[in-house]
Amino acid sequence: MLQEKMHMLNIIKDRTVIGEDDWNLIRLAEGEAAESFTVPAGKMIVPLAVWQAQKTTLQARGDVGVWLASDERPEALKDDAASLPIIAVDFPKFADGRGYSIAYNLRARHGYTGELRAVGDVLRDQLFYMQRVGFNSFAVRADRDAHDALKGLSDFSEAYQISWDRKSPLFRRVDRQVVTAK
Amino acid sequence: MYRYDQYDHQIVKERVAQFRDQVRRRLSGELTEDEFRILRLQNGLYLQRHAYMLRVAVPYGLLASTQLRMFAHIARTYDRGYGHFTTRQNIQYNWINLEQAPDILADLASVEMHAIQTSGNCVRNTTSDQFAGIAHDEIVDPRPYAEIIREWSTFHPEFAYLPRKFKIAINGATEDRAAIAMHDIGLAVLKNEQGEVGFRVLVGGGLGRTPILGSEIRDFLPWQHLLTYIEAILRVYNQYGRRDNIYKARIKILVKAIGIDEFRRQVDEEWANLKDGPGTLTEEEVARVSSYFTAPPYETLPATDAAFEQHKAENKAFANWLMRNVRQHKVPGYAAVTLSLKKTGTPPGDATAAQMDFVADLADKYSFGELRVTHEQNLVLSDVKIADLYTVWEAAKSQGLATPNIGLLTDMICCPGGDFCALANAKSIPIAEAIAERFDNLDFQHDIGEIDLNISGCINACGHHHIGNIGVLGVDKDGAEWYQVSLGGAQGNNAAVGKIIGPSFSAHQMPTVIERILEVYVRDRIEDERFIDTVQRIGVTPFKEHVYATPIKVPHAAGEDAYA
Repeated sequence: MLQEKMHMLNIIKDRTVIGEDDWNLIRLAEGEAAESFTVPAGKMIVPLAVWQAQKTTLQARGDVGVWLASDERPEALKDDAASLPIIAVDFPKFADGRGYSIAYNLRARHGYTGELRAVGDVLRDQLFYMQRVGFNSFAVRADRDAHDALKGLSDFSEAYQISWDRKSPLFRRVDRQVVTAK
Repeated sequence: MYRYDQYDHQIVKERVAQFRDQVRRRLSGELTEDEFRILRLQNGLYLQRHAYMLRVAVPYGLLASTQLRMFAHIARTYDRGYGHFTTRQNIQYNWINLEQAPDILADLASVEMHAIQTSGNCVRNTTSDQFAGIAHDEIVDPRPYAEIIREWSTFHPEFAYLPRKFKIAINGATEDRAAIAMHDIGLAVLKNEQGEVGFRVLVGGGLGRTPILGSEIRDFLPWQHLLTYIEAILRVYNQYGRRDNIYKARIKILVKAIGIDEFRRQVDEEWANLKDGPGTLTEEEVARVSSYFTAPPYETLPATDAAFEQHKAENKAFANWLMRNVRQHKVPGYAAVTLSLKKTGTPPGDATAAQMDFVADLADKYSFGELRVTHEQNLVLSDVKIADLYTVWEAAKSQGLATPNIGLLTDMICCPGGDFCALANAKSIPIAEAIAERFDNLDFQHDIGEIDLNISGCINACGHHHIGNIGVLGVDKDGAEWYQVSLGGAQGNNAAVGKIIGPSFSAHQMPTVIERILEVYVRDRIEDERFIDTVQRIGVTPFKEHVYATPIKVPHAAGEDAYA
């Protein structure tokens, strides 16, 4: 069986639709071994298992990123956070919210500052929350319009609580005057 | 009570606009039903048997008269003239058109209300003690903290797609009136020996298919750390809670699987990164929110009133109502009045638009314009002068809101059940009605005394059957509706999960089953022992023996077709 190599269309990066870029997302076929898999040339985002199995080689290339499945741990990349050119987090279904905590901890606990891309079932109505927890790049699902999805980043203009995008809660950022009774 | 400032208004207004656009995209086909379902659920909109149901949040059960009037307006304009108050201090409308839902949300926003996160796998409305701020046994008023949690949990970006729903309850009095052990997180506000405010934190309680009481994860969490600690709990749950099986997805299953000590260790590890960080609460913030929950302008009154005492002495019906529906207040000369939504013949928790308007007027005239919704599905006028009680009683009576049954047999907790809910295995309201009719005699009810009878139409346990002294659960057996009975459940400080007494019953048998259970109580009780005390003392066996002693023959009662 062959692996699936996906050229990502529909990319939004730093609040701009850039359409296609030259990163490829690699998903292993079922039963394919991470150790023996040959990572093609070019800018590739590989599964965590491939990265872990071939780290020395892949790290030397400099054009290989890693994606995490929703049941994988951000801790697995804590030693690589400083050097990876891109990390992606997969949303197998948009209602699987594990990726939000993975993203938050990649940023907040493991100090990752590079491109963090949401891939998989990535849709307009989740983008606002995704950007809040630290994603700055989105591979919008192929059958959807990235320009439409972009609007999702502006659903709200304020937020009560801290996350990666707002380091301070509303109550510390603004002077909330007490509203007197009617 | 809390008032929206410009930020609250802005956030809720943006939500209405967002949802209006989501509805538009659903109607135009841009969103599939699978995609839209999860979005509408986070706005409290369920697709039920007949129509959409909208669940509106009543944050920690506190309601202004203007808000109740808006509920009446919505019932009249968009529904069939009534609403249903729920066990989570919310209100539900059962006959909503999808196209009108955004307009309803806009109407709600105009009175500082919303339906945000009233369903879906997210942090739900925080519930609290309906007597918060007026209870004589209060240690710390929980309402400011409930509001702080409301704001923190509203649109939290990381916790909108949890494995399952997540419910927080907070109580600040000696008596637990918020059933905190039955929640994903239960908080008891208290003071330590130095007089500092903090929280006893329970985690992993819940009803449903696997009823479990919450485990203590911290005995005293200083108030500053409330939000960062909850965040740590949610982050552990979001990552490790099961997502492969909806029935094993609540946090209680995770806590049970790894044990409270290991769960605590994981939370502490997460919390180490947050503790004392910018999410830490400040004195200024607690002061800001607390300033909304100051006492209303109480008058200095004598502890009682001569005319009131006379009515009480001469009028047995009034005295009964006082005994059951009126509660001691911490301020002399005032009382808290529970208006019963459990009149026989009416589904428990239902109120008509006319009743809502009427109660709003009562609140304006007699209770500083404020009300509470209780998790027992009644309404409370929290600050009534004792001298006004007789007038309030007569007024409430005229609208069918003065049934003196609070805490008694017919003050049942009951979910909407199979008449409305798509999840239900069985109907629940007709069971409640049949039982209410059988035991309508108030003298009998007063003799039986305090008893919690809770009915759920399915294992999701919206009717809290596990913690009913008598619990009734609708089950499906080969396509027919049957009812399983449990005994010994309790809420409050001695919360307990009831034990199933044996094989289930048909709907028609249920009133007799209850009757037989009560016969054992009347036979075996000692002096002033409450029903639950008797069950705990003698155990379930004597009840079981009596209930199953002879077959329960069902006479062909009038109205039987209603739930055949």
